[in-house]
Amino acid sequence: MSEKVLMKGNEALGEAAIQAGCRHFFGYPITPQTELSAYLSKKMPKVGGTFLQAESEIAAINMVLGAAGSGVRAMTSSSSPGISLKSEGVSYIAGSDVPAVIINVQRGGPGLGSIQPSQADYWQATKALGHGDFQLLVFAPSTVQEMADFVALAFDTAEKYRMPAMILSDGMLGQMMEPVVFPDASEVHEGDKSWAACGHKNQRKHNIVNSLYIEAKDLEQKVVERYQRYELVKANEQRSESYLTEDADIVVVAFGASSRVSRSAVNAARAKGIKAGLFRPITLWPYPVDALEKTIGTAKKYLVVEMNMGQMIEDVKLAVNGRKPVEFFGRTGGIIPTPAEVLAQIEAMAK
Amino acid sequence: MANTMNVLLAGFGGQGILFTGKVMVYGALTEGKELSWLPSYGPEMRGGTCNCSVVISDEAIGSPLVTNPDVLVAMNRPSLEKFVNSVVPGGTILVDSSTVDIKVERTDVTVYYVPATTLADKNGLKGLANIILLGKLYKEMKFISKESLDKGLQKCIPAKKAEMLEFNKKALEIGMEQ
Repeated sequence: MSEKVLMKGNEALGEAAIQAGCRHFFGYPITPQTELSAYLSKKMPKVGGTFLQAESEIAAINMVLGAAGSGVRAMTSSSSPGISLKSEGVSYIAGSDVPAVIINVQRGGPGLGSIQPSQADYWQATKALGHGDFQLLVFAPSTVQEMADFVALAFDTAEKYRMPAMILSDGMLGQMMEPVVFPDASEVHEGDKSWAACGHKNQRKHNIVNSLYIEAKDLEQKVVERYQRYELVKANEQRSESYLTEDADIVVVAFGASSRVSRSAVNAARAKGIKAGLFRPITLWPYPVDALEKTIGTAKKYLVVEMNMGQMIEDVKLAVNGRKPVEFFGRTGGIIPTPAEVLAQIEAMAK
Repeated sequence: MANTMNVLLAGFGGQGILFTGKVMVYGALTEGKELSWLPSYGPEMRGGTCNCSVVISDEAIGSPLVTNPDVLVAMNRPSLEKFVNSVVPGGTILVDSSTVDIKVERTDVTVYYVPATTLADKNGLKGLANIILLGKLYKEMKFISKESLDKGLQKCIPAKKAEMLEFNKKALEIGMEQ
């Protein structure tokens, strides 16, 4: 029987990567993500894997492109400013149809910002982590257990659709310890790798992993094909959790760390007789519009709570499409909102 | 104990704030409780003030960041000044009275003054004021069984430093006598 262990979120991400069959990690240290690199630097050599601290974030992401292009499970991790540096490589990975996992343990921005927890990279992760027409899968854990569970999920889903996947975490989830259970013997379900450029001993036609198309019509065709796959992702991979939303007048929408705070606020509101509920997106792309739609009949108002100036609220407004009021509460710069602040907002809306 | 206990441990870096929190959550883990341990990180770790949020509960934990503690443990004056008004009415404050030279003026909380640093030094337990305070906290709150707390302590002390376990156990006993 697997036992519960206590781990920091960052360490759980590292252990989960090993259990998911990832044997190639390329990173560069940055607070508040560094425990993940530190964990893998100790553990990877013991399982015959490669831990490589690159000379820069840009080098690390290009190593991921090369390794993942040969068909192995490869991962990198960083925090906000480092993710910006990786954005060129992420675009190349998407343009090469290569599955890989990128972890962002967010801190305050823009610029070097702060080292405290933040969700200000929502737009970057879901709209434009690099140039060009592309999306990446974005998973938003809210517990240390989910930090562990979503690594294998990210690899499996990335391979299924041949696209990069991001785990969008933050400094709070990375630094905190909670009980976590790892499965007994993790089964690794690697996807089809027949496209990989991994050597063929002249037994087959060689594979090419590349993102360059000189002819515009070739590129257009490639991008359109990719977007057909994105439609499948949107149809099949939306994930979310609904907590007390069935009869809720006020539906709070929050992900990751701010969903933890919001859950406390929703409980406090219920104790005061206010019908509040929490809708928690787990996939930020694809956005869980189908489950959110189910709340539209009963909800009177929506409150979006984020650790930024209001980014996900745009996706909520798109989904609600003017049918109900959508309000916002957020703290930014590395400040975590308190349950009391969110409760005050809910109470004001309930009047 | 109430269903959920929110604890804020605060002091200088190096006083064993994070360690104290770890002993609590490892103890709670052996009882299968829900728990979270969230350290302040960054500049605090490098010599300034340090604090640690610990939540132990029978239910799934919402915010792991403790902003309104049921229990505040203050090991230095800046921490007491900073957090004294955030404690919930009816809450509990533990003060290391050998390092904090002010009193709590609130009348709606229960305050225990323990000269933990002095007690530690007197008993040859230098650096274990944190565990003495944990002993007092345990005596007043009884959030897990004593057996589980001892297990938590064992879990946090590496086997190759086994001699430290005895010192810590002694510190815990001293705290529980206060």
